[in-house]
Amino acid sequence: MDSKISEGVSAIECHGVGKTFKVVQRNKWHRVATITHAVKGIDLVLPRHQILGVLGPNGSGKSTLIRMMATLLIPDEGTIQVFGLDVLAHRMKVRRLINRVSVEASFFKKLTARENLAYAAGLYGVPNYQAQKDATRILERLGLAREKLVVPLENLSRGQQQKIAIARALLTSPTLMLLDEPTTGLDPTSRREVQDFVLQVRQEHDATILITTHDMPEAERLCDQIAIIDEGRFVAYASPEELVKKWGEGQGLEHAFFRLTGHNLDNQEQESS
Amino acid sequence: MIAVEREARALGSIVRRNFHLIRRYAGWEVVFLFYNVINTLTIGLIGLSLPPGQRAHTVVFLAIGALLWNFLSILFQEISNAVSWERWEGTIEYSFMAPIHRLTYLMGVCLYAVIYGLVRTVVILIVVMLFFHVSIQRADWIGALVVLTASALPFIGLGLMGAVLPLLSTERGAQATQIIQGVLLLVSGVYYPVSVLPGWLRWMSYGSPATYTLQASRQAILGGRALSSLVGISLELFLSGFILVPIGLFIFQTAERWAMHRGTLKRNG
Ligand SMILES: Nc1ncnc2c1ncn2[C@@H]1O[C@H](COP(=O)(O)OP(=O)(O)OP(=O)(O)O)[C@@H](O)[C@H]1O
Ligand SMILES: [Mg+2]
Repeated sequence: MDSKISEGVSAIECHGVGKTFKVVQRNKWHRVATITHAVKGIDLVLPRHQILGVLGPNGSGKSTLIRMMATLLIPDEGTIQVFGLDVLAHRMKVRRLINRVSVEASFFKKLTARENLAYAAGLYGVPNYQAQKDATRILERLGLAREKLVVPLENLSRGQQQKIAIARALLTSPTLMLLDEPTTGLDPTSRREVQDFVLQVRQEHDATILITTHDMPEAERLCDQIAIIDEGRFVAYASPEELVKKWGEGQGLEHAFFRLTGHNLDNQEQESS
Repeated sequence: MIAVEREARALGSIVRRNFHLIRRYAGWEVVFLFYNVINTLTIGLIGLSLPPGQRAHTVVFLAIGALLWNFLSILFQEISNAVSWERWEGTIEYSFMAPIHRLTYLMGVCLYAVIYGLVRTVVILIVVMLFFHVSIQRADWIGALVVLTASALPFIGLGLMGAVLPLLSTERGAQATQIIQGVLLLVSGVYYPVSVLPGWLRWMSYGSPATYTLQASRQAILGGRALSSLVGISLELFLSGFILVPIGLFIFQTAERWAMHRGTLKRNG
């Protein structure tokens, strides 16, 4: 890794981050603009080497927040720094330090895993022989048979594709991993394997990890800190134990989640123009 | 690792990825090529319906049009569809998140398009020469090659501008690139001299780089004009390329920023 990270700097620092989407649709006679405040005023300081879980209902802004950290979306408000580098001003350097796994596996579906991984690793300048060697090792660890690497990805199950997506992210040795529901769609064994692997990656690669999940036991097992997000805002930020103690009423993290996000208002406004 | 080496590796991996894709869609490749060959032959055959004295000249005139259009439209299509393709597969966020310059990514796409277009065009050229027994020994092949290379540049520029459209609007963008291609086919004088176009259309032919390419290639192959006489027109094409490519690049990067503001990069989720 050629960009040095200065000591003592946090992995992620967000100040007042906000993002609003405007989607214009034609509705018979007039155009309707749907405005969604996906993320509102997020402040966050994530020290290095930690695992932060972001939990929240569907549409609460988790993926949007991750996309902004991953330089794929430009925030409307606020600033985001990754290892002290502003994501807008130092986009290239930030990209070198991060990688992301998204819910949908996102591959060239006609290509094999090996071909997809060769492409992805090549974009990061990783030599192909090295990428293939590492991928085989990682995927063996995640319980994916070697012969699955040479069939078109469309013939693999969702869980198998997800494992390959995780391998793809790791091939580039990211210092910050953004995992957007990496275990959604995996069976309990695979889920456990991925969780163990995440812990191992943190240990061996000195990585910082931000993970979103809808699986409460998973969050409790993996995360040092948990942020609960609702309608684009953090409504709680604490360690799993503290959350359970404060909001769980002795009934676990899930209960805390319900209490913190337990209402069904929509965070959308409609505007006619 | 040196930055240049890294970018070169990235560029190579984009070209390689596309060839992997071709291999996977090999059946379609064969079918398209077959159709292209037949299409070129039928157009060439029109020439044979003329009085004997005009045949050879017309066949070559038409074949040049068909071959060049084949090459240039592949170039335009491959480049302008690169983005919609990646969006459709859902890989675009991964490709655009990679720590490489956008120029490297686009150069990879263009390099592949040039290689792929050349290979396909050469195959058709060989079939055409065998089928029509055309004797084009007098032709200035080097001249034609210079013109071809020179015309690739402005078409790459146009392709980059076309590639922007799917970034702005998923479906409309892809539709618009088809329309642009159609208009270029109409006004560039692919199968006829542009002088036959009605006046209100003819002015558009001046705006298409293909017009100049076709004229120059016909002069080189049919007229057997010396290389030196083509320097002027090639220079013009090179120059228009040097203007269009940076403009295309600038437009592309602006559109990418816009897409990152609006959140139109992703397909779903
Ligand atoms: N590119 C976009 N264009 C328009 N609206 C968007 C876009 N991306 C997200 N949104 C909207 O922003 C809100 C937050 O979406 P986001 O994907 O961040 O939610 P999420 O917390 O990841 O949900 P889930 O748990 O279902 O993955 C949603 O209302 C969504 O419709
Ligand atoms: Mg999401």
